[in-house]
Amino acid sequence: MTEEIKTIVKEYILHEFLPGEDPNQLTETTPLITGGVLDSIATLRLVLFLEERFGVALQAHETDREYLDTIAAVAALVHSKKS
Amino acid sequence: MDTLQGLHQLFIRAAQRYPDHTAVVEPGQGRVTYGELARLSDRVRDRLHARGVRAGDRVGIFMRKSIDAVATIYGVLKAGAAYVPVDPSAPVARNAYIMHNCGVKVVVMEQRFEARFCSETGQLGTVPDIFLVDGTGGGIHLHRALDKADAQQQAPATETAISAPQDLAYILYTSGSTGKPKGVMLSHENAVSFVDWCSEVFEPVTSDRFSSHAPFHFDLSILDIHVPLKHGATLVLIAEEVGKDPLRLAPLMAEQQITCWYSAPSILSLLAQYGNLAKQDHSALRLILFAGEVFPVRHLRTLTALLPVPRYFNLYGPTETNVCTFFEVPRPIPESRTVPFPIGRVCSHLKGKVVDEHGCEVQRGREGELSISGRGVMQGYWSLPQQTAGAFLTDNDGTRWYKTGDIVVEAADGNYTYLGRRDRMVKRRGYRVELGEIEAGLYRHALIREAAVVAVPDEDAGIKIKAFLSCREPKRPSMIELKRFCSENLPLYMIPDYFVWCESLPKTSTDKIDYQRLNEMN
Repeated sequence: MTEEIKTIVKEYILHEFLPGEDPNQLTETTPLITGGVLDSIATLRLVLFLEERFGVALQAHETDREYLDTIAAVAALVHSKKS
Repeated sequence: MDTLQGLHQLFIRAAQRYPDHTAVVEPGQGRVTYGELARLSDRVRDRLHARGVRAGDRVGIFMRKSIDAVATIYGVLKAGAAYVPVDPSAPVARNAYIMHNCGVKVVVMEQRFEARFCSETGQLGTVPDIFLVDGTGGGIHLHRALDKADAQQQAPATETAISAPQDLAYILYTSGSTGKPKGVMLSHENAVSFVDWCSEVFEPVTSDRFSSHAPFHFDLSILDIHVPLKHGATLVLIAEEVGKDPLRLAPLMAEQQITCWYSAPSILSLLAQYGNLAKQDHSALRLILFAGEVFPVRHLRTLTALLPVPRYFNLYGPTETNVCTFFEVPRPIPESRTVPFPIGRVCSHLKGKVVDEHGCEVQRGREGELSISGRGVMQGYWSLPQQTAGAFLTDNDGTRWYKTGDIVVEAADGNYTYLGRRDRMVKRRGYRVELGEIEAGLYRHALIREAAVVAVPDEDAGIKIKAFLSCREPKRPSMIELKRFCSENLPLYMIPDYFVWCESLPKTSTDKIDYQRLNEMN
């Protein structure tokens, strides 16, 4: 389940924010927000994508960087919302 | 209008008149009354004086937006010094450069920045005197730091400085084309003439609640802070993380009963699209002011449809003049309108003219560079006499006109329309970005041989920034590595959206990078 979420999130980030990047460079621990990959608008788009794709509703505080800074953290958050 | 007053005198007078009014609210952290803020800033004044700060000095402010920071601003002004606020989220090296560049006497700083800051300034030469606070929020941390210092040795009470009109009130650093930020020096007269103009046009009242959305190193903060606190109104500080997130920001605006909103258009576009504004009570709003970049009409129309009651003003002006023209958006906005609204007419405390490349005024209806003179115009750039001289045109009678670099045309009704820039500066989320500063940042990467940056128009984001690069070695750094590198060397709003690798960059016949070809490669 979590692995599947990770794959989907990784594909979305590569496609939307890192076009042309070697997929092997983006690991589940690559810092996304603190590493400059996602700016504030990209982060918002990721949140809206997660809500729509996985049918979850994120609370305001869950859009903080600590929940969204890596693919692993994103997957854990989505997984906790779905179960 | 009374421009013999220092900027801080506006607040002092309001504090005498309305000591029990709420001056500043920091949601989730606390609030202070005018009386409390006056006393806290008096203590900052006395402590700075004890640390050797005198009239004419500079004091750095390296802390998160907070009641602590507002009290520090007034404390610095009361001590007769100019405040120099820096972006706490920017690379520490950039902030260390700024503090070093303008030779601050003291930096009021959050403890978390201390180690990095000292190591960075140490490399530049001397480390300035630092007044540490253990955090920020509600003014409590500043109180604690002052108590601690007083316990060691009580700071003697001093008089509040009476500043002359030409004395510096603050220095705001903006992006510089050579890769180093440059300090725009604004005097008390510059600030007070602008604040007084705001009073005249926006007619603040004690029941108003002004938003503070922009960070304090950004010149929108001058209106945010000093206009409400002149009038006994309330300033509502919006934390940076919340300010970027329309899902959290919209309910906060409703809950805090904001009456006067001021920000760059980009966050208003996001609020219109994602903020669920129709579901909240925004009936308190009476003014929506925006500045910093062009507001795409499509999003402005959506916003005005969702929030039909407030008046909307497009404010325009570089940091060097603060707001210099303004335009009230007529409503409803017809479907047929697709081009952005004009930047409007010149504010009453300033004068404007449109000049050609030789500095001669052009006829109304002809394109040219907007130039501004009057009491709001900056004193110059800190320790950059050549750039300062180059920024002005001087008439035979000695009148100085600041050349904005913006190409405009004046319509028959006296309103100016913005057409573009004459140089390589762009606006991103309201911030001024010199493409040359991004290039200088990229060149710091050991593997980058050549770097050239262009801005491409984008319907949603306004512009996207594209970097063309060539590499010293066959193995090129990944895009993720480049973004990480940029996030450590440039402010966040300067990180390119795209990176394009080339064997070598295209050159002109004189062997300069051919930007025209790069733009065509898009």
